[in-house]
Amino acid sequence: MSFRSSPRWAVAETMEKRYIRNLGALSEEECSLLQKKTVLVAGCGGLGGYLIEMLLRLGVGEIRTADGDRFEASNLNRQLLSSPALLGRSKAEIAAERAAAVNPDVRFLAVPEFITEANVMRLIQGCDAVLDALDNIASRKLLAKACAEARIPLIHGAICGWSAQAAVVLPGDGMMDRIYPKGAALKSKASLSFTPPFCAALQTALCVRLLTGREIEAGKLYVADLLDMEMERLF
Amino acid sequence: MIEVRFFATLRQGRGKVAEIDAEEISTAGELLRRFDIPAEEVSILLINGFHSKPEDPVKDGDVVSLFPPVGGG
Repeated sequence: MSFRSSPRWAVAETMEKRYIRNLGALSEEECSLLQKKTVLVAGCGGLGGYLIEMLLRLGVGEIRTADGDRFEASNLNRQLLSSPALLGRSKAEIAAERAAAVNPDVRFLAVPEFITEANVMRLIQGCDAVLDALDNIASRKLLAKACAEARIPLIHGAICGWSAQAAVVLPGDGMMDRIYPKGAALKSKASLSFTPPFCAALQTALCVRLLTGREIEAGKLYVADLLDMEMERLF
Repeated sequence: MIEVRFFATLRQGRGKVAEIDAEEISTAGELLRRFDIPAEEVSILLINGFHSKPEDPVKDGDVVSLFPPVGGG
């Protein structure tokens, strides 16, 4: 066996080249900065699976995720981490397996619990940003309240059918109450395969801009309609 | 006239834009009822781009934009 074909050499070469295509779009300093950052992805479903994938490949230093759910057949039309063989398995545990396979250089903490008042402060403590990939208004507001108290920016994302929305929510800006006023109720659970990755891409782009110190438009809600190919910027 | 812009699922059966005579209604809430939209199905209500509530007044020349709750993950 030659030196060049040794698995160890191949792994070292992979590590060296892993982030080469980030360069040009991001500076070396920005790539290094991302490797020092910690984020929480709240939820490992449609949005969370894609967010985790994108953040892993960008090389964010530490990614935490929390989800108490298990995969079921209705997830298969859109959730990246799901497959028929994994039905019944913990979403958080599968996320950890994916992380180890895609980028073992990233510190990855998977917590198989739903976000609650009891665990939320522990989960977000020390984070530079939190990504909202939850699926109900009550949990989103609980997370936003905790982020405001801990002074951590929250990158909101949500989907429905052909629609996606994303925003940077800064502590105390009241954005979540404008997005979900009292009494607002989710009517449809419809979601298509392309809506979660589109929304996750918006959130990840906002997250990278935030973590690298680039300009962000906080307090703006980006609303995309993929049926009519429209994007609005609200507030 | 008041211009009403519908977004996402609120376009189903209503189209993207409608106009309504300003003399027929005085608040955004009345406008919702005119288009048979329950209040809980509107998450974001803008009058001329500004965040507003159903009880806020509307007048001739206003543009009202209606967005449904989007909260899936």
